[in-house]
Amino acid sequence: MHPVRKQRLYIVLFIVGFASVAIGLMVFALSENINLFYPPSKLANGEAPDNVNIRGGGCVVPGSVERSKTDLGVRFALTDGLAKVPVVFSGILPDLFSEGEAVVVNGKMLAGVFQAEQVLAKHDENYTPPEVADAVGQANAEKGVQHQATCEGMAMSGNKTYK
Amino acid sequence: MIAELGHITLIIALALSVLLAVIPMWGSYSNNALWMSSSRSLATGMFVFVAISYGCLTINFMESDFTVAYVAATSNSILPWYYKLSAVWGGHEGSFLLWMLMLAGWTFTVACLSRSLPEIIVARVLAVLGFLSIGFLLFMLLTSNPFDRLLPDTPSEGRDLNPLLQDPAFIFHPPILYMGYVGLSVAFAFAVAALLSGRLDSAWARWSRPWATAAWAFLSLGIALGSWWAYYELGWGGWWFWDPVENAVFMPWLVATALIHSLAVTEKRGVFKSWTILLAIFSFSLSLLGTFLVRSGVITSVHAFATDPERGVFILAFLGLVVGGSLLLYAIKAPTIRATATFSWVSRELFLLLNNILLAVLMLTVLLGTLYPLIADAMGLGRISVGPPFFNLFFVPIILTLSLLLGLGAATQWKSTRGERFSNLLLIPAVVSVVMGIVVASLYGENFAWKGALCAALGAWVMSVTFTDWWKKAKAKRGSTIAQLFNMTPSFYSMALAHFGLGVAIIGGGLSSVYSVQKDVRMEPGETVSVAQYDFKFEGMLAVDGANYRADRGQIHVSKDGEFITILGPEKRHYLSGGNMMTEAAIDSNLARDLYVAMGEHLGEGAWGVRIYVKPFVMWIWLGVLFMGLGGFVAAADKRYRSKTKRSNAPQASAISAA
Repeated sequence: MHPVRKQRLYIVLFIVGFASVAIGLMVFALSENINLFYPPSKLANGEAPDNVNIRGGGCVVPGSVERSKTDLGVRFALTDGLAKVPVVFSGILPDLFSEGEAVVVNGKMLAGVFQAEQVLAKHDENYTPPEVADAVGQANAEKGVQHQATCEGMAMSGNKTYK
Repeated sequence: MIAELGHITLIIALALSVLLAVIPMWGSYSNNALWMSSSRSLATGMFVFVAISYGCLTINFMESDFTVAYVAATSNSILPWYYKLSAVWGGHEGSFLLWMLMLAGWTFTVACLSRSLPEIIVARVLAVLGFLSIGFLLFMLLTSNPFDRLLPDTPSEGRDLNPLLQDPAFIFHPPILYMGYVGLSVAFAFAVAALLSGRLDSAWARWSRPWATAAWAFLSLGIALGSWWAYYELGWGGWWFWDPVENAVFMPWLVATALIHSLAVTEKRGVFKSWTILLAIFSFSLSLLGTFLVRSGVITSVHAFATDPERGVFILAFLGLVVGGSLLLYAIKAPTIRATATFSWVSRELFLLLNNILLAVLMLTVLLGTLYPLIADAMGLGRISVGPPFFNLFFVPIILTLSLLLGLGAATQWKSTRGERFSNLLLIPAVVSVVMGIVVASLYGENFAWKGALCAALGAWVMSVTFTDWWKKAKAKRGSTIAQLFNMTPSFYSMALAHFGLGVAIIGGGLSSVYSVQKDVRMEPGETVSVAQYDFKFEGMLAVDGANYRADRGQIHVSKDGEFITILGPEKRHYLSGGNMMTEAAIDSNLARDLYVAMGEHLGEGAWGVRIYVKPFVMWIWLGVLFMGLGGFVAAADKRYRSKTKRSNAPQASAISAA
């Protein structure tokens, strides 16, 4: 074979081999590192696996936020209007975290309690994380409630006082 | 009135861009010199009208004309003047006008600085840029006109610029980033023009090199500014979050980095031609993809603009047209491209090829991680997210391998290199890097981490290779070595600066990631917390009034071994225009470490949540990128790119004789 072609062949073979190894690794790493999203109703009825990194999200139930007197521990409940799930977190909450607002939490389920490692709130006033909007929208559809602003009226979760 | 003027000038600019896309291109095929030469005046005209339009929007902002919907949404009458000026790009519509201004500006610059190029190439390059302008101007006029009026229900006060954006970095970050982002369109236009002409020689590489390098330098600086801003403004203390929008700008940067290296090979040796073209196409396509991700609302991010499906569809269609069209052209024309030279296994070409492969693989991982949640969502696999561990898993080893190869590559010569060159040039850097690794490891004796030592060693490796290379090159020349040190070509200095910067950034990124200490604590006034040998004493809160906000400022007294260092004043701000609380971190930084304090919430009874970080060498990250960007500008300003001498045939001839 002509030396130029031979070199080109080796380079192509090398690139193909390298690329397939790289893609294989990527797909494997991806499958190890994806976090599935669960709405509170699925977290509450135990559909989410225990002790696996997942994402949850919903509205913070007003009046459910309790702070520790000694450290940064905080407990609150998340809801999508169908069910509530308790969340514990130790650390500083984002500025836009507040009762009756949408949040996304990253962490694990352990014995029915969501152990959050990260709490993300929306980043401006007119924004709701799409996961939460979806989850609440679905819950509302199941209950036959017409479309409304996400989290609005969550105050009386369970009572039928939606606008 | 002024808003209408802005609107009309935008429409005129659209008309001019249509002419620019059609007439010079037509002229280049029918060989009509007059039509071809119209390209420069049309490009100038387009730039002038877009600039007037931009000026009109700026006037609307300065006058706080809230009858203009966009001004009402992003400004406020009590906003300081410099934020009014930058609020122009504080939302979707205005930032797109800025984008368009940049594109017109690049087009105009190409028209001005292309006197030494053949007329037919200039005509085609400007026509391609004109075609891109049509797409963006149409997008703006059809889906996101910044001059829409709010009549008759005009609000008496604007909704204010998002407080997150009221920061000096916001004045610089978007324009510089857009300069780079949009600048990639010039390299793209050169690639398409070359494909159309079938003229893919070293001359082509030489013409497009300064443009690609300048865009890359702007992009680097823009990304670094954004990262630094996120670091001090968001109050989380991180400098890179693998947020989809960061990825959207990081991918074109990776490809552009590959492109500037590959262009060097194409210019000097006449190989990798079709690969270089492909990189030019992809870097711009990825910047369009980024635009789509940011502006269509498909992703969740701090950067995402308000959702509007219509906009997403438009950009997606335009993206399809640009990528599909250019790849089709590539498929038709690329088989005619022939490499004219060969190279041996141990040569600079090979190492630059490895550089390109690694950067391309890294780009693919980022692309996969960014798009996978979208694909999974579209296929009904559920809502998922891909976290930083995935990206870090690839980014860290690839960047470290890249820097190891960089050292080896610096020792090589074009075509082929003999073994003893490596030992000659690399012995000292190897020793320096091992020593550096050991020093860092022993400095952090008790909490030894091999990753920290490795990053320090490789950073030192890259830096010392650069210096040794410089010294040896100067020594090889005649005359005094010291004098020769300052008598190198601009292209050498630019490369050395950029590589040195990479070494600095690796040390900064590695050490700050591995050795940072973070504590989130509850503090009552008078309480002291000790973090990494620094004592932070919380002395209470102070009420402060700013220009358009009220703030609670924490007083944190910092000392080390009883010695006073500084008082940090992190704030919780409440903007008068309403809205939410904002956190302003307080940072004391020097080259060795950053002390970073951000306030959490008031926990009752005078106690506050406080976030404290001690981050060693974190400044080095941005300093390193600054060096890289400077290197890029030195290269782009190199006079040899603008010389009129027809050197285009010389490398070709030598390449043939080499084969």
